Amino acid sequence: MITVKDLHKSFGDNEVLKGIDAEIKSQEVLCVIGPSGSGKSTFLRCLNLLEDVTSGEVEIDGDVLTDPKVDINKVRSQVGMVFQHFNLFPHKTVLENVTLGPVKVKGMPEAEAKQYGAKLLGKVGLGDKAEAYPESLSGGQKQRVAIARSLAMDPKVMLFDEPTSALDPELVGDVLEVMKDLANEGMTMVVVTHEMGFAKEVGDRVFFMDEGVIMEEGDPNQIFDNPQNPRTQSFLSKIL
Amino acid sequence: MVLFWAPLQGLEDFLKSIFFRWISTVYVEVIRGTPILAQVLFIYYGLTAVNIGALTSAIIAITLNAGAYIAEIVRGAVHSIDKGQHEAGRAIGLTEKQTMRYIVWPQAFKRMIPPLGNQFIISLKDTSLFSVIAVGEVLYMAKQYYNSTFEIFETLIMVCIFYLIITIPTSIILRNVERKLDV
Ligand SMILES: Nc1ncnc2c1ncn2[C@@H]1O[C@H](COP(=O)(O)OP(=O)(O)O)[C@@H](O)[C@H]1O
Ligand SMILES: [Mg+2]
Repeated sequence: MITVKDLHKSFGDNEVLKGIDAEIKSQEVLCVIGPSGSGKSTFLRCLNLLEDVTSGEVEIDGDVLTDPKVDINKVRSQVGMVFQHFNLFPHKTVLENVTLGPVKVKGMPEAEAKQYGAKLLGKVGLGDKAEAYPESLSGGQKQRVAIARSLAMDPKVMLFDEPTSALDPELVGDVLEVMKDLANEGMTMVVVTHEMGFAKEVGDRVFFMDEGVIMEEGDPNQIFDNPQNPRTQSFLSKIL
Repeated sequence: MVLFWAPLQGLEDFLKSIFFRWISTVYVEVIRGTPILAQVLFIYYGLTAVNIGALTSAIIAITLNAGAYIAEIVRGAVHSIDKGQHEAGRAIGLTEKQTMRYIVWPQAFKRMIPPLGNQFIISLKDTSLFSVIAVGEVLYMAKQYYNSTFEIFETLIMVCIFYLIITIPTSIILRNVERKLDV
């Protein structure tokens, strides 16, 4: 589904990704953990070309993203992204946030998009908030709207960048629940998260990233309970 | 005219070119860094060769002056929109143009309203400077009047009242617009 080959990314002189190789299978849930500044966000952002790649190759479902001929907008519309700080559009209602993509990118008729959007909002448990504005929602509700907004594009893959780390602890559960449902429906997901419970229950594999490389990978139980690399051990001992 | 000048500069590709950046930086800095009175005189005397007349000089001067400030207001407002908004737009597959049109501009526009209103009132008052190049605006006429009648204070108070009659309703309208837009 996703193939990453020798991915490098530099900001000026600062090499942030120093050669990432990864193979992510269809319907797999990959969790990425690692210290702040290790390049987790940059890695995700390279997967939908929010950052242009310095060298290496990223292929998603047969489209080589790093090929200059690729239609970036089409690729992005097929890769959903959920941000730590939600980034909802504050000047649009919840429903408009969700329907904007289908209407403007896919050319879906307005009426059909509204029905579809309402269905997705129901799915994330916010059917009654369609006409509300984002500012009136809690963080957890905002993040669920953001998930619905991404789902509206019917993506092949969903990327989550610390989706719960800006939330009050009591709001984390609802968001994880929605993500869990998605995983159970067979969505391919790459999730940067330190929610060990989620990673263990839903994750198929965990990457531990440090200093721009994947230091260790394995199944969630092994990584969390029996890490091999000393850096992984030291990182986990700090966050757990 | 003044109000259309700056937004027209929003043509994106052009905005991004280094050439344009350079020109617009110089333009904005020169206008902001020099007194408007000097600008008015400069345009008037600088363009005597082409003999366009005082009124046209005055219009050119105020347009260039307000244009620089408006350009800064527009730039500042667009710049103040969180980068995440742009990214979220691109992430759902909107093109750069669509992202600007549907996401960034509507939010930036709201933030422009108060400073634009402010600038409008300032520019309105700046027209009084045209008296120095004998454009028959209110202050110029007032000067001619009190030069012969010596009713200096009475005349100047009338001038101020004249300006207030225009600016106060403008302020009120602006405040209503702001409230409606919930800025
Ligand atoms: N747009 C950028 N410009 C310059 N440096 C950046 C940019 N984005 C990220 N970086 C740098 O890249 C490194 C990795 O950042 P990031 O991928 O956000 O790490 P993480 O998500 O693991 O905390 C950091 O040192 C950060 O300063
Ligand atoms: Mg990050």
